Amino acid sequence: MSKPKLAYYLAGGCGGCDIAVVDLSEALVDVALQLDIVFWAPTVADVKYKDLEAMPDGSIDVGLFSGNVRNSEHEHIAKVLRQKCKVLIAFGICASCGGIKGLVNLHTTEQLLEKAYINTFSTDNPEKILPQTTVVVDGKYELTLPTLMDARALDQVVKVDYYIGGCPPYHEHIAKAFTALLSGQLPPPGSWITMGKAVCEVCDRNPVLKGKPKKLATEVKRTIDGAPSEDGCLLEEGYLCLGPVTQGDCGAKCPSANIPCRGCGGPIPGVKDFGLRAISAIASMLDNEELVDKIPDPVHLFYRYTLPSSFLGKRIKR
Amino acid sequence: MKMAWEPRLIVIACQWCTYQGADLAGSLRYSYPPTVHIVRVPCSGRVEPEFIAEALRRGADGVFIGGCHFGDCHYKEGNYKAIRRFKLFKRVATDLGIEPERIQLEWISGSEGKRFSEAMTEFDAKIRELGPNPLKGGAQ
Repeated sequence: MSKPKLAYYLAGGCGGCDIAVVDLSEALVDVALQLDIVFWAPTVADVKYKDLEAMPDGSIDVGLFSGNVRNSEHEHIAKVLRQKCKVLIAFGICASCGGIKGLVNLHTTEQLLEKAYINTFSTDNPEKILPQTTVVVDGKYELTLPTLMDARALDQVVKVDYYIGGCPPYHEHIAKAFTALLSGQLPPPGSWITMGKAVCEVCDRNPVLKGKPKKLATEVKRTIDGAPSEDGCLLEEGYLCLGPVTQGDCGAKCPSANIPCRGCGGPIPGVKDFGLRAISAIASMLDNEELVDKIPDPVHLFYRYTLPSSFLGKRIKR
Repeated sequence: MKMAWEPRLIVIACQWCTYQGADLAGSLRYSYPPTVHIVRVPCSGRVEPEFIAEALRRGADGVFIGGCHFGDCHYKEGNYKAIRRFKLFKRVATDLGIEPERIQLEWISGSEGKRFSEAMTEFDAKIRELGPNPLKGGAQ
């Protein structure tokens, strides 16, 4: 039997998902031997877009897409990969839900360009030059750049077969996902590859797992306010932890290091809009309604990784 | 010919209080605007922020949630949960550019038929002033 063909593309991401794959370390060697990597741009393999475009449709077994869809180039490759791959996987929270970089949807492109290229303290740009999509050099060479768009999750551009959460996906979870993939033991198409448990269910701090009742939070704290107790629930102590609604394939690594869960794992099964369900879960765990007003910047807290995939999607600009 | 815009208002009403209030308004022949579409739920504590967002996304121009007064909840504390969720959702929705006046929460009991009709009339007038929901046709 010939080896399954794998394609990997990094779109509007930071490369963290690529590093998470490399973090498989020895396991990666075993996995890589069983796979034929036909495309891994732009980080690992030297394969050009035209080579990918020349491959027959449906000739690649698995395509991993990391990063969100942020410009015309990402959109183009997403569509090409969809044609070439039998199974297309949104790899990491950016591809699945838009990711932390999806928060750009709170601003207009003009605002972002102005901030990055003109107003930043360390920027020296007296002529106020902004990036252009086309420029002609020496009167004959036309150079182009992709057009910026609002950030989107992969499934807002093409059909996605599976989703893997995490920023980046936890390496042990990736190993499990690859194993499932290679052995063909996959859930129904359209679902997340996850064990299906929330972070709270695997968190050592969860009082319910120790047979104690869960108490409501009587204050709201930021992570810079004091230090949490050794083994108490962060939510009970007022640190707004999104563990109740986040997939726990990471093994609750952040709470074990005193950091409240920020929801990078993606929504637990059955939840379509992570931020809205997080609002619901956190609000009902507060002791009184006055505490609601003490939450600083709720949009960035609840939609840190999932704004583009939200029902509301982006800030309405008038 | 383009039809004149008429608001579509979704009223999510608790079956023990506000829904009974709506019923009473009908029995007592109090009128309220025909733009109101009532959805009955077991308790205002059942109203997830998703319900409100989904209604707005699908083109509702305003969403009104009606529950029992504090202390009157059939399930004891559903309305306390409702107001916490509602306030938090409203803050997020406002930050995302939705006018806060489009979403409203009020306690209307089963004996307040008149209040129900007044609240609906006020809500309808307020939404007419605001104009159509900017999210109409899905988030762009």
